[in-house]
Amino acid sequence: MATITAGAATLDNTGDDPRVRAPLIVGNNDYTTITDRVCAVVEDPKVRKAWLIAFLTAVSLTGMLFALVGYLIVTGVGVWGNQIPVAWGWPIVNFVFWVGIGHAGTLISAILYLFRQNWRTSINRFAEAMTIFAVVCAGLFPGIHVGRAWLAYWLFPIPNQMLMWPQFRSPLLWDVFAVGTYASVSTVFWYMGMIPDLATIRDRAKHPVRRFVYGLLAVGWRGSARHWHRYERAYLLMAALATPLVLSVHTIVSFDFAVSQLPGWHTTIFPPYFVAGAIFSGFAMVVTLAIPARAYFGMKDIITMRHLENMNKIILATGMMVGYAYAMEFFIAWYGGNEFEQFAFINRATGPYAWAYWIMVSCNVISPQLFWFKKLRTSIPVMFVLAIFVNIGMWFERFVITISTLNRDFLPSSWGYFRPTLVDICMLIGSFGLFFTLFLLFLRFLPMIAMAEVKSILPRPAAHPGNDHSSSSHTSPSHSELH
Amino acid sequence: MNPMEDKLRWLEKAGDADQEAPQELHGLLAEFETPEALLEACTKVRDAGYKKWDALTPFPVHGIDEAMGIRMTILPWLSLGAGLTGLMIAFALQIFTNGIDYKFLISGKPFISVPANIPVAFELTVLLAAFTTFFGMMILNFLPELFHPLFRAKRFPRMTADRFGIYIESKDPLFNRQQAELMFSRLGASALEPVLSPTKRAPLPGVIHGVGLTLTLVALIPVALAVKSRFSKSDQPRIHIIQDMDFQEKYKTQTAHPLLYQGAASMQPVAGTIRRGDLREDGHLYRGMAGDEFARGFPMALTQEMLVRGKQRFSIYCAVCHGATGYGDGLVAQRAEALAEGTWVPPLSLHEAVVLDQAEGQIFNTITHGIRTMKPYGSQIDVQDRWAIVAYVRALQRSQRATLTDVPPDVRAQLSQ
Repeated sequence: MATITAGAATLDNTGDDPRVRAPLIVGNNDYTTITDRVCAVVEDPKVRKAWLIAFLTAVSLTGMLFALVGYLIVTGVGVWGNQIPVAWGWPIVNFVFWVGIGHAGTLISAILYLFRQNWRTSINRFAEAMTIFAVVCAGLFPGIHVGRAWLAYWLFPIPNQMLMWPQFRSPLLWDVFAVGTYASVSTVFWYMGMIPDLATIRDRAKHPVRRFVYGLLAVGWRGSARHWHRYERAYLLMAALATPLVLSVHTIVSFDFAVSQLPGWHTTIFPPYFVAGAIFSGFAMVVTLAIPARAYFGMKDIITMRHLENMNKIILATGMMVGYAYAMEFFIAWYGGNEFEQFAFINRATGPYAWAYWIMVSCNVISPQLFWFKKLRTSIPVMFVLAIFVNIGMWFERFVITISTLNRDFLPSSWGYFRPTLVDICMLIGSFGLFFTLFLLFLRFLPMIAMAEVKSILPRPAAHPGNDHSSSSHTSPSHSELH
Repeated sequence: MNPMEDKLRWLEKAGDADQEAPQELHGLLAEFETPEALLEACTKVRDAGYKKWDALTPFPVHGIDEAMGIRMTILPWLSLGAGLTGLMIAFALQIFTNGIDYKFLISGKPFISVPANIPVAFELTVLLAAFTTFFGMMILNFLPELFHPLFRAKRFPRMTADRFGIYIESKDPLFNRQQAELMFSRLGASALEPVLSPTKRAPLPGVIHGVGLTLTLVALIPVALAVKSRFSKSDQPRIHIIQDMDFQEKYKTQTAHPLLYQGAASMQPVAGTIRRGDLREDGHLYRGMAGDEFARGFPMALTQEMLVRGKQRFSIYCAVCHGATGYGDGLVAQRAEALAEGTWVPPLSLHEAVVLDQAEGQIFNTITHGIRTMKPYGSQIDVQDRWAIVAYVRALQRSQRATLTDVPPDVRAQLSQ
């Protein structure tokens, strides 16, 4: 396992002096060390104890999740706390929560790519992996929430013996297409980005089984410049397609609420507000995962403090967008003069779910304000705790939107108070187990850092020491951008 | 090194079946240490006029497309085409399913609603374009290509990690090994390696054919079953894997229940109450029938209010044809007479003997179901009101056939005035 030999001073690339271009990768890294360090994690013959303990815990939680899913399918959705008036309980809260987390990956890989933000290369691979695993967790909940899960294929326009078609004017069907497209396109995007790195692992593999498996996954990639040309064009196109896609997915998820006629849901601010919240929670999850991963696998000079600081800045910015949306909902409720909407929002902040509302506000709006201070946003313990706070806050945001809106119907006789059952709680915990199982497998068996992309932003070495042409060669990172 | 490796030497031995075969030169591989040296060399190789050659790099090197003279790929056009196809498929699908084949009115939305179709149209556009981009890239690159002679070259593995290479194939018309080696060493190549490939590839082991054939046949079974059920008829109901809708855990009528009165799942009504709908079992009230005959008399006690109500309903529903006094001289009847239409059947006077002799139940039945050109009024006038009208008709009839003895003695004097 590679260790960091560079001193603390050389690891600091958080300087703000505009005259000095901060290095994207610190330490004395070149093409060889990047390859060795990233591949070493995958090639390590020993199973490390901490990884194994984490993996076994995650697998047992996943087992619990699937046991509960089986129990739910055999018994019925009554095992959840969902009850009129709150027909959308935790399953939908968890769905929106996980879909939201699944937004940072594609955002980092696609939007930051289009904006030529080269710092994305160190974190995009595992942010993309995180996206896919979060979408897997998200997809589970609506699938079992339909009640008769074995008929979930009715969601798709398949000719059938009932001579019926799905209802395309419903936002719930839009959701099927949005989440389905997002999951498949993100997976393809992630896999495509990984092909050159899989080829690197294939070519380093000693064991014939490893060479066969990675060889199959690398589809015979040999780094041909003619291949790279089409590959890069394809990557750019995928980024250009994924950018509107990532924005559309949470917009459509927000339509599930906003297209209904319910006060508290029926607001036009929902699409941008949901997208900002998704990016907010996604980046918080990336920070939560990146901090232990970079320390444990010794990647502190590849995933540098500047990467973390940049992500914290995005968390601060999107956190304030979310805070603005919270305020604007109240303003519009007052300004719109609709007494039902006013009641819905006053009830949110002061009603039976006030506790959840204020957890949400303190975690999502107040706590990120600490990131205004450079000292705090470059402190590992502070950002780790804050990122977890944001995750908690964003779960509560979905809880507040879904449940505090539904628990007060128009008729006071229909009012109710939602209580989760043990199955609800264990399924949420189990979904984290599923997420971490997949994520830990990814860390162990696939390249967690996009080696080829990181190499392309390293400063280029001189052509030949002492060669006449070396004077014309590019050495500054600004000339080695990705295209 | 993996500790498992020693145990799997047999796999290594089974490894390369082409090792012993006669080899021929496939091309020449030159290694370079830096991207700058590679770019420079690429320019020279391009200018030398080689056609069948390639550069091998662990990452996309900026500027190599110009250095090698690679022309722009057509991939973006394929993506555009696929995106537009996705867009059209999405609109066609939604318009056909919801607007033509299975019209389903929901929330008053139009059957063909373009704004509601936009999200799915957008998603399918992206889906098709993205998949075409990926698979188009693979196909244009002739990938997957799991074997290439380069994979046997000793120098090749580092070219996906930290070295750069140029490979000229021997098929190139300009290829001359000595010339190429000379050119590469002048360009500063750090190493040169001739790449060999067998003149004839060893055949696949027979077991692979067997496994492949078996897997193919097994994969065809579900398809065959699907085709069979598509083209055959069955009178069996569909298989329900989970039968909780077919056999529901509930008590049905006529079944036993251990806790309820007399062990019956159906509870008896409380004494003195009737269920909703039970009144319909009263033939006299609901149908004007007593057994098979029209019932005589009224199913309820006659009151002053009932007659007043009956008069009011009669004026609304009946008087337009039958006239306010029931002589068949309502406004509609008068107008029809004036027009002298041949098809008009004048309404019967309610004072004719045939009506006078009818049972009350028959009059009720006529109101309910209509007769000749008179339409049924059962759906417009409720049961109580129909009986009120019958009572008023009886009152009208009596008023036209009254004798002096019918008049109360204390008002008879007024009549003579």
